[in-house]
Parts: sequence; structure tokens; C-alpha cells
Amino acid sequence: MFYREAGQFKTSYAADMAIFPILQDRIGLAVILAIAFIAIPLFGSNFLIQTVMIPFLVFALAAIGLNILTGYTGLISLGSGAFMGVGAYACYKLTTIFPGVNIIVWILASGFFAAAIGVVFGLPSLRIKGFYLTVATLAAQFFLQWSFVRIPWLYNYNASGAIEVPQRLLAGIPVTGANATPVTRYLVLLSIVILLTWIASNLVHGRIGRSWMAVRDMDIAAELMGIRLLPAKLLSFAVSSFYCGVAGACMMFLWYGGGEANDAFNINQSFTILFMVIIGGLGSIIGSYFGAAFISILPTALKFGLPAMGIALSGPVAEHLNYIILGVLILFFLIVEPHGLARLWQVGKQKLRVWPFPY
Amino acid sequence: MNETMVQSQPVVASASAPEKLLTVENVTLSFGGVRALSDVSFDIRKSEIRAIIGPNGAGKTSMLNCINGFYHPQAGRITFKGKMRQRMRPYDAALQGIARTFQNVALFKGMTTLDNILTGRTLKMHRSFFWHLFRHGPAMNEEIEHRKYCEEIIDFLEIEHIRKTPVGRLPYGLQKRVELGRALAMQPDLLLLDEPMAGMNLEEKEDMCRFILDVNRQFGTTIALIEHDMGVVMDISDRVVVLEYGHKIADGSPDEVKADQRVIDAYLGVSH
Ligand SMILES: Nc1ncnc2c1ncn2[C@@H]1O[C@H](COP(=O)(O)OP(=O)(O)OP(=O)(O)O)[C@@H](O)[C@H]1O
Ligand SMILES: [Mg+2]
Repeated sequence: MFYREAGQFKTSYAADMAIFPILQDRIGLAVILAIAFIAIPLFGSNFLIQTVMIPFLVFALAAIGLNILTGYTGLISLGSGAFMGVGAYACYKLTTIFPGVNIIVWILASGFFAAAIGVVFGLPSLRIKGFYLTVATLAAQFFLQWSFVRIPWLYNYNASGAIEVPQRLLAGIPVTGANATPVTRYLVLLSIVILLTWIASNLVHGRIGRSWMAVRDMDIAAELMGIRLLPAKLLSFAVSSFYCGVAGACMMFLWYGGGEANDAFNINQSFTILFMVIIGGLGSIIGSYFGAAFISILPTALKFGLPAMGIALSGPVAEHLNYIILGVLILFFLIVEPHGLARLWQVGKQKLRVWPFPY
Repeated sequence: MNETMVQSQPVVASASAPEKLLTVENVTLSFGGVRALSDVSFDIRKSEIRAIIGPNGAGKTSMLNCINGFYHPQAGRITFKGKMRQRMRPYDAALQGIARTFQNVALFKGMTTLDNILTGRTLKMHRSFFWHLFRHGPAMNEEIEHRKYCEEIIDFLEIEHIRKTPVGRLPYGLQKRVELGRALAMQPDLLLLDEPMAGMNLEEKEDMCRFILDVNRQFGTTIALIEHDMGVVMDISDRVVVLEYGHKIADGSPDEVKADQRVIDAYLGVSH
């Protein structure tokens, strides 16, 4: 009814190639951005911002990263947690060695360290594929996690063995550390995530994204089109790890405020992000958001939402319920709809477009 | 009895001889004990349609795989555009202007028709990663310019209606057409088609024949095609090479080949 493209004629290829070619989509996006940047900071409670929105955004960024590698390039990684760790530790070292430089610069720069490490662990993709490559990324996960714990230089020899996020200011306002308010941290995080989403979307819609998908769908034909396989795969590893690295730095500096690799950057984290990508939709940027929203918000919704609705639920039961729902959904999506929630979203939009007719 | 025709193959080059785009000399290829090609020689002239025929397992696909660098023959030489090639990779073949389609469609299944064809333009696109981060300015202009080129191919192949459909959902006949489009997007000097009409109905075959002839005539693209449908081969090709059990048994115009006793025997399954 309202969601129609009738009458919206595209008069140039540029208009047809826009990422949101339909007017209603662009309006929807503007509304979402307005809510995210204005309504939530103004009216959202600290609980909403700290427990729902910040984790969601951090995971969305990591999920976009893994989706570039797994969804777009077809290389399954179980090392995303560790690459997030590389970003977090790089950011920590950089800001303690050069405290004068703006923390946002260091959060973004830490992505390059993760990218470099990602490329190193992506090198085996020259020779190995599929299951064996996944095992190689698993090795990266364990090796890096071990390094984070065993190399005290990385956490500045803190007695706790953990990162202790220092206070850093932006225009006189604390952005990180104990005095940074959730709203400030949220706004900084939101800006970073929106910027990087825009860039990811640009990449996957152009030549670079096509070369990744070509490698994913049929590597011999891709080579025949003049795509060099190793550079394409390594670029994907680099970009993917960059995103995970920045997500890791954001997790430590804008969410946790400190912590240790064995808790934050372990294999469970890698699996969580992989599940987000599977449930959200392989090869879809918006799907990364859906998956991150679903998996990061579900536990909170079960723990606080159901009791609020009058359904009494003890903590452990909520936790178990969470695992059961996730397990079932992952099986469902793997078997029935590999393109995940993103595909359901598209189908829904298509239905709306032709409503009230079935086709 | 037809030895003469087969033996007369190495033509003495004269000033008036048509230009050779590709020469295959004494190519031998084996997999372990299996001889896929033994001592095969032939050439492809500029702007001709050259058919490669033969019974199943004769080594036709293997021949194409040697030409575009998937397989490396144990012996023999392949010269393309006057340059002899050592162990080259499919990537180098693409760079030199060789495009191909596959016997069992090798499209990028998760991508749309348009994206598949655009992928064929990869080697013609030069904007760096940096510009692609923004999808504005030079990178976008380049995308639009190549989109225009691909739209022409889409028009030519009459596949406008499936432009934005993921190719995995298309029927087989259309997939073959998209694959041709993707190869054409490379603007190749030599186009290798491996059974472009296999599994098609009569109407689809006629369309495909028309496209192949049009490509050859309008753009002067040299085409080497493998095909089992004799009618089609005799109709559209300029010259035919016949393989059997990895050996070349005949080479010449469609009429010459049709009259060749060894070819008739091979196709009727007479034992030697
Ligand atoms: N990669 C390979 N490994 C082992 N043997 C191979 C390989 N490729 C081809 N062959 C063998 O080489 C021979 C020729 O195969 P090829 O595919 O070239 O035949 P073809 O003429 O294309 O047949 P068809 O008409 O069935 O497509 C066959 O005996 C085949 O088994
Ligand atoms: Mg074959």
C-alpha cells in the first residue's frame, strides 16, 4: 500500500545502482537514523543504552566483518573472537604509548593491526579450502588467545592480567573510562558503526564485492574472469579482520571498560558471531544487523522482558531457554533458509510491494 | 584411405594465408595412465568459427582446458597471437583475451544476471580499492560505464527481464545464455564454447546459433566451439576438427569432414 515503487522511474544507471533505490527505503533509513541519533540518547534509559544498544552495535560491527569473509567470500572463520582481541589489545597499547592522540583515531587504527594479523592467518587459503581452512582459523583463535594471556606486555603488566581502560577525552568530554556516560559512549560507537557500515556496503556493491562473491560461488570461473584468487581472499581476510578488530576495540573501550581475553575474546565469542551471521543471513549487510540484534538482545529479553510481562522465569531457566531457542533457529536457518532473517525481510517487503495481490 | 586429407594439415604459410590466431602443435596430455590427447595439432584462424567434435570422452573438453591454462600438456606447443606459451594459468589466458563457457554451466549462482556479466568486466576495471570505499566519483563512474556495456550485452542476448534475478533460480537454457553474456563481457579475442547448446530445446538452440553467428559477424570474434548436434556444427562452423580417443582423425571444412570415412566410422562406432 504505502510501500510501492510505482511511479518511481529510474532515469539513470546511477539511480538504479543506488543501494536504496526505493524512496520508502530511504525514508525508513532516515527515520531509523533519527531514532538512533536523537530519540534514543534523549529518551532512552541507561539500561536500554548500556545493556541493549551498545552490545547490539558492537556485535553488528563484528558480524558485518565475519559476513564479509564467510557470507560474501565463502570462507568460514572461527577466529573472529581472536581478531576482535587483536583490535582491543592494539588499541590499548596504542593509547597507553601515545595518550595524546584521540582515542577514536586509535580505535579505528587498531583495525589495521587486526587486518595484518588476519592476512597472515589467511595465507593458508592459498592451498587449503573448506573444512581445513576453518581449522586453520581455529588455530589462529587458540594461538592468539594464548598470546593475549601469556604476553604481559600486551596488558601493560597489570596485576589483574586484564586491560584497564583509561579515561580519554573528546572535546573535553570523557569518552572512555569510568566517567564516560553510556550516552556518550553510545553516540561514539553509533557513529563508528554507521560509518563502517556505509563503507562495507560500498565495497560489497562494487567490483570488489563481485570478486569476493565470484570466488565464493565458483572459484575456477572467477580465475577465468581475471580475478586472482589469493589476493581476493586475502583482501577479504584483511577487511573482515579490520571490522572485527574495530569491534573488539569498541567492545573493550566503549562497552566493557576493561577485561581479559579469556572472557571477552574466546572461542564462544567466535561462535556467537558466526551464529549471528547464519541467523541474520549469509552475504547480507542488513542481515548482520538482524542477527546481531536477535542474538544479543534475546538473552536480555528473556531475562527482563518475560518477567516484566508477568511470566516468572528464573535466571538459569532464561539462560537455558536462550540456548534452546538459538539452537533450534540455527538448525532451521541452516536447513530451510541459508539467507536467514535478511531473506525473510526481503520476502516480506516483496509481499508488501504487491499487496493486496498474492503475486 | 583418407590419410591424405589428415596428413595434409600443416599448411605451408604463404603471404595470402589467413592469419592464425592460435596454433596447437603435437599436444599430448595424460592423466596417470589415461591418454586424453595424443599428438594433436590444429590451428584456429582469425575471425572463423572452428568446431571441435568427437564422441564422448574424445578429449574435446581437455583440449579447451589446455588452451586456457587449466591443464598443462606434457608435450607439444600452443601458440596464441604469435606467442608461444609455457605453463600459464587461467588468469593469464584471461589477460591475453581468451574467454570460455563450460560444459556444465559454471556461473556464480548466488549473484544476479547483471552481476555475473559485470564480473566479466573485471579486467577492464582499474579503479583502486580506495575509490571503492566511497562508491562515488571515479569508482562510480567506472561502474556506470561498464554497466552500460553490460546492458548492451543484455539487450543483445534478450535477457532484460532476468537482469536482477539470481542466476541459480534460472532455467538451464537461460543460464547458458547468461554464461555466454559473461564471456562476451570480457571482449575476448578468442571465445571457447563448450557445448553451448547441450540440453536445449530446438527453439533455444536456434536462438543460441543466432547469437553465436552474430557475435562472430558483428564483432569479428574468433570462436572455437564443441558441439554434439551435427546439424548445428555443419551449419555454423567454417572448419571442423574431429577427435576420437584423443587422436585427431580429421580436419577440414564441414563438407570434407562429413565425407570422411574415419569420421563416419567413429560416429557409427565401427571398431578398428
Ligand atoms: N581431470 C581429469 N582427470 C582424469 N581424467 C580426466 C580428467 N579430465 C578428463 N579426463 C579423461 O580424459 C578423457 C577425455 O575427457 P574429455 O572431458 O576431454 O572428453 P570430451 O570429449 O569433452 O567428452 P564429452 O563429450 O563427454 O564432454 C576422458 O577419458 C576423461 O575420463
Ligand atoms: Mg566435454
